[in-house]
Amino acid sequence: MASSGGVARTLCRLYYRFSVCRQCQRQVPNLSKTNRFAVSTRLYSEQRSTHFGFETVSEDEKTEKVYKVFENVAQKYDVMNDAMSLGIHRLWKDALMHLMSPTPGTLLLDVAGGTGDISFRFLDYIRFRQDREARRDTLSRQSASWQEITEAYQPGQSDTQGGVQAVVCDINKEMLKVGRQRAADRGYGTGLSWVVGNAEELPFDNDKFDFYTIAFGIRNVTHIDQALQEAHRVLKPGGRFLCLEFSRVSNPLLSRVYDAYSFQLIPVLGEVIAGDWKSYQYLVESIRRFPDQEEFKAMIEDAGFFKVQFHNLTGGVVAIHSGFKL
Amino acid sequence: MGTLVRGALSALYVGSARKCRTLLFDRRRLFSADVIGPSPHSEHAGTAAAGHGDDELYCRLYRTHIPTSPVQKALLAAGSGVAALLDPYRHDMVAVLGETTGELALRRLRDRMRGDPEGYQILQERPRIRVSTLDLERLGAMPDGSFGREYLRFLDENGVTPDSRVDVKFVDDEELVFVIQRYREVHDLMHTLLGMPTNMLGEVVVKWFEAVQTGLPMCILGAVLGPLRLSARRLQLLTATLIPWALRNGMNARCLLNVYYEQRWEQSLESLREELGIEPPPQL
Repeated sequence: MASSGGVARTLCRLYYRFSVCRQCQRQVPNLSKTNRFAVSTRLYSEQRSTHFGFETVSEDEKTEKVYKVFENVAQKYDVMNDAMSLGIHRLWKDALMHLMSPTPGTLLLDVAGGTGDISFRFLDYIRFRQDREARRDTLSRQSASWQEITEAYQPGQSDTQGGVQAVVCDINKEMLKVGRQRAADRGYGTGLSWVVGNAEELPFDNDKFDFYTIAFGIRNVTHIDQALQEAHRVLKPGGRFLCLEFSRVSNPLLSRVYDAYSFQLIPVLGEVIAGDWKSYQYLVESIRRFPDQEEFKAMIEDAGFFKVQFHNLTGGVVAIHSGFKL
Repeated sequence: MGTLVRGALSALYVGSARKCRTLLFDRRRLFSADVIGPSPHSEHAGTAAAGHGDDELYCRLYRTHIPTSPVQKALLAAGSGVAALLDPYRHDMVAVLGETTGELALRRLRDRMRGDPEGYQILQERPRIRVSTLDLERLGAMPDGSFGREYLRFLDENGVTPDSRVDVKFVDDEELVFVIQRYREVHDLMHTLLGMPTNMLGEVVVKWFEAVQTGLPMCILGAVLGPLRLSARRLQLLTATLIPWALRNGMNARCLLNVYYEQRWEQSLESLREELGIEPPPQL
């Protein structure tokens, strides 16, 4: 059986894209691609099917299932992020912020922002910049009076709508609830707005935002191209689209280690810490289902963005894609 | 033709996975040309069943089954052990620990059940102890001192319900799933037979009893580590009287999983204890 398994595996490597069977933990041909074709030619209804991790489901079902996953994980989301990535997700999000380098007075839309990590970093970055500017101003004024110095230390007027600097948008109310609680705990009272909305159909007008970010959210969207088009719509001309997402690891050795870690350890962590194996199984499968760096770059270009680039972090485990609306 | 070839290749894959016990079943289904895609049901149901078709190609043996590799089982055992120690109220972690470490002991238990006539009957009929299957009114109407009445009194006094058991997820043999479920459901009945309350002391005593009777590593761990959380006075009481009593009972009594409790509600508690070989609980 072992030798025939080896022959079959070699053959399959030629014909199929590999995925790891979530149950048997063996690499199996990507049956779901065949499934999808078979299903779509046999189903009588107009419902198109899509993938939910390694399962095949209808598109309506996927939205519902993803909603349930995040409803279940919302309370332990941040604990699990730290446990699964050993805290490295913080570095990834910091890298996104440094790439963005926002200036005071800009407006951010953080889609799938849920628990608010990106928005908090955005506010911190802007405040840091404002403080730095203020300090530089006072330094440059050699003989400023005490009154002028005090005025210079006021937080800068961010001429945005009603003092709001970042809008957090998420389809899932539980995640937003957790996010608001965190914001209250950390003292980010003003400057944040929390909106329930679907990335495929954003409840905002055209040409509104300077930055659009979506961190670890776009792989959960049922129609990624629609989400990208919406991103293009709500950005101002000159606005920047940034996407932080898990991507393909090119190095084969690292890829094996990463696969073993994802499929063996992460669902176990989910079961032990959050009591939920299946949501974290979905998480690692959905990562494998997401298009790779070049493919996603092409999708972003199709949506109308220019100067689309990607930066790999941690050897390709995570990639930041960025594009401009001109 | 192409689908048959692909089916053959994927069958070889499924075949090479060690943990698939329903291998034969899967292979036969895979070679039928219809079933390379999702299960045939999905054509009729349209969309809803499509997601589950994939599972049938792999190794899910029962509704709540999550097939796991040996590495995952080891990690789960370690992780759930730590989680259960840190927070004893996490019953799901205790359950996971029992499932991942108990395969040998469960097999031995199952073989003992098969060897006993009443146990064999239980394995065939697969009775479940749940609020929906128990007739609590009938139990309440029974005379005092009967097994059913005392069991109901135990449930009321301690504020527990027979429905609070966690689903089995990580056991890879469908009969062993029933054995471990039966063990969990019979746990409260053991409390009644031994006359132990559900406080920490009572639970430790029952764990000692279960450790001897079933040999499950989770029971042994619980029995050894449980006393660490007790006060000195209770610890002294435990080691002086209760543990020897529990050990004696465990060794002399019949295997408690072999008793068809659902047929014995009317029997008096004293006579049941005598029949099973359990000494009455010591006066505290």
